[in-house]
Amino acid sequence: MELINLRQITKTYQMGDIAVPVLKGISLTIQQGELVALTGSSGSGKSTLMNILGCLDHPTAGEYWLEGQEISGISADERALLRNRKLGFVFQSFNLLARTSAIENVAMPLAYNAENLSERETRSRAAEMLARVGLADRLDHHPSQLSGGQQQRVAIARALINRPPVLFADEPTGNLDSRTSEEVLQMFERLNSEDGITIIMVTHDPKVAGHAGRKISLADGLIQGEAAASGSDRQGDAP
Amino acid sequence: MMIYATARTAFKALRRNPMRAMLTTLGIVIGVGAVIAMMEIGAGSSSALKKTIASMGANVLIIRPGTASSGGVSFGAGSTTTLTPADSQAILRECPAINNAVPMVRARAQVVYGNRNWVPNAIYGATPAYLEVQDWTILAEGEPFGDRDVLNGNRVCLLGQTIVRELFEGLSPVGREIRIKNISFKVVGVLSQKGANMMGFDQDDVILAPWTTIKYRVSGTTLATANQSSDTAGSSAVNTLSNIYPASQLSLYPERSAVQQADNPMPVRFANIDQIMAAAISSEEIPVAIAQISGVLRERHRIRTGESDDFNIRNMSELTKTLSTTTALMTNLLLAVAMISLLVGGVGIMNIMLVSVTERTREIGLRMAVGARGRDILRQFLVEAVVLCLTGGAMGIVLGHGGSLLVRALLDWPVETSPAAIATAVLVSAGVGIIFGFYPAWKASRLDPIEALRYE
Repeated sequence: MELINLRQITKTYQMGDIAVPVLKGISLTIQQGELVALTGSSGSGKSTLMNILGCLDHPTAGEYWLEGQEISGISADERALLRNRKLGFVFQSFNLLARTSAIENVAMPLAYNAENLSERETRSRAAEMLARVGLADRLDHHPSQLSGGQQQRVAIARALINRPPVLFADEPTGNLDSRTSEEVLQMFERLNSEDGITIIMVTHDPKVAGHAGRKISLADGLIQGEAAASGSDRQGDAP
Repeated sequence: MMIYATARTAFKALRRNPMRAMLTTLGIVIGVGAVIAMMEIGAGSSSALKKTIASMGANVLIIRPGTASSGGVSFGAGSTTTLTPADSQAILRECPAINNAVPMVRARAQVVYGNRNWVPNAIYGATPAYLEVQDWTILAEGEPFGDRDVLNGNRVCLLGQTIVRELFEGLSPVGREIRIKNISFKVVGVLSQKGANMMGFDQDDVILAPWTTIKYRVSGTTLATANQSSDTAGSSAVNTLSNIYPASQLSLYPERSAVQQADNPMPVRFANIDQIMAAAISSEEIPVAIAQISGVLRERHRIRTGESDDFNIRNMSELTKTLSTTTALMTNLLLAVAMISLLVGGVGIMNIMLVSVTERTREIGLRMAVGARGRDILRQFLVEAVVLCLTGGAMGIVLGHGGSLLVRALLDWPVETSPAAIATAVLVSAGVGIIFGFYPAWKASRLDPIEALRYE
C-alpha cells in the first residue's frame, strides 16, 4: 500500500532578495512497511526533505500525499495534528526533557492528542511503550541517569506512543557509539518487521544506511540514485 | 487539552526548575505581601485616625435653643427657653442615627478651695453619658458620677486637670470639697488630660457635675445670664457676705420681700437646658441624624410647617470634612504603593518567562514536533505564569498577613484584616500573570518548530 507519494516537490528559501532553491523537484513513493534511508552530503537537501516529509514544513510547490490525503497546503494546526497522530520523530540529540522521568517523557505527546486520557491510562500506556523498547525497569529514571542508547530508546518509545504508521529518524545514531548504534538500529529493524512501522532515516553514515531496505541518495536538491540495500528482501514483509 | 491537564503540565514544567520558579515567584510574593501588609496596616491606621478625629467630636451634634426676639430685637442664639431634658430623651429614643444624647447646662462661676480660687472656663452640668460622647471615659483618678446623682441633684463633681493644678497644687482632690458659688461640691474624680481643642480652648479647664445640680443650685438661670464669673453671691439668702459685697448683677425687678414670696411662691421650676449634645452613629450618618432630630424637635415643640425652628443644630463639619479627606488620601496612597509593588512583581514574572522561553526553545520545538499547536504552547506558558503568580499570591498573603500581625505584636500598631484586600490580591496576581505572561507565551507559540529544534 502506498503510504507517501511526493510529486515534483520543490522548496525555495527566500534569503532577502535571493531565492535559494533547496529542493528542485522531488518525486518519490514510499510503501507502507518500508525501511528507507535518506542519504546525501550536507547541503544536499535531505534535512529539508525530511522536514517536509515530517510535516514540520510545507513545500513551495508540488503535491504531498500521505495515506491518500493531499497535505501540501494544510494549515499549521492541521500539520500539528498530523504530526501527533501519524508521525513519530527520533532526533540525533534525543531531545528528552531534562529532569523529567522517562515515563513522563514518553507520555508527553499524549497531552496533545485530544483524547483526554486519565493519569493512570497515560502512565500505563507509557509504561507499556517503555517495556517494548526494553526499559521496563527504568520508568522513573531521569535522562541524566540513562546511557545514550537508553535515552534514544526512550525517545523511540515517545515517538511511538500515539501508534503512528511512520517513524522519522534524523541521524538517530549520530550521538551514539557503534555498539549502541547497532542496538538502536536493530530496534528499528524489529519495529519495522514485527509491527510494520514504516521508518524513514536520514543519515550520512553508509553503515547505518546499510540497515535500510531501501537507500535514496540526494544531491543538490534532486534524487541522485536509489538502491536496494542488503535488507531489500524485507521490502515485501509488510502486510 | 483540558485546563486541568495543562495545569498539570505547567506544574511539572515548574518543578523541573524549582530554583527558577521560586525566584520568579519571589517578586510576586513580595509584591502581594507588601500589598496585604500595607492594606492591613493602612486600614488599621486609617480607622485609628478616624477614631481619633471622631473623638475630637466629628460625630457630635450640638443642639441649642434658637433666638428669642421681641419687637424686632433679637437676643441671639440660646435665648429661648424651649429646650428641655425631655427633648434629649426623646432624641435618644426616636432618632435611630443617634446613639447618645446628653442634656447640658453651662455656668461660669468662681470655684474656691481653701485659700485658693479659680474661675474655670466652663462648668458643665451634664449626665454621665457626656464622658462617652466626648470619648473621655478613662478618668485620671476616682469614679465618674452616676445617673442617680443626676436624678437627686447631688453635689458631686469631676475636675479637669487645670483646675486640679490651680486649686490643689498636686494634691489628690478626690474626696475633698470645693465650693462653687458657695455651694460645696464633693470631688469624686479627676478627668484625664485632654489639652486644647482646635480653637485653643483649654479643655482641661472644666468642671463636670450633674446637670440638675448646676441648673438648680448653681446657675439658676439660662445661658443668657450665665456669665457671672465674679458673682459669688447668687444665693443671697444664704450668703451673708453679700450684704458687705453687693452682687454686681442688676436686678430688673424690685426684690420681693419675704412676705411677698410667702404669699406668691414661684411654683414652676423651669427645666430648660442650655444645649443638648448628641452623638451620631458615624460621621456619614450626620445629615440623616440632623434631619431626624429636626423632625423630633419640631414635633415636640409644636412648630407648624413654614414656621422657623426654635433651635439650632450644629455639627463639626470642618472635622467631618477633614476626616473624609484624610481617609480618601490614605486609601489612595496605599493603592499607589500597592500598584507599584505589583507592577514590579509583574515585570519580574515577564522577565523570567522570557528567559524561560529562550532557555526552553528546544523543548517548545519538541512539543510542536510531537503535535502541540501554537495555542497549546501559548496556553502552557500562560498557565505556567498564572500558576507562578497564584502561588506567589498565596505565599504573599501569608507573608503579608503574618507581617502585619508581627507589626501589631511588636510595634503595637493598629492593624485591620481586610478580606477585600486578600481577594483583590488574588485577582490581581492572576491578572498580573496573564498580562505579563502573555507576551512571552505568545512569543513561544510563534516559534518555528524546525528552528526551535535546531536551537542550541
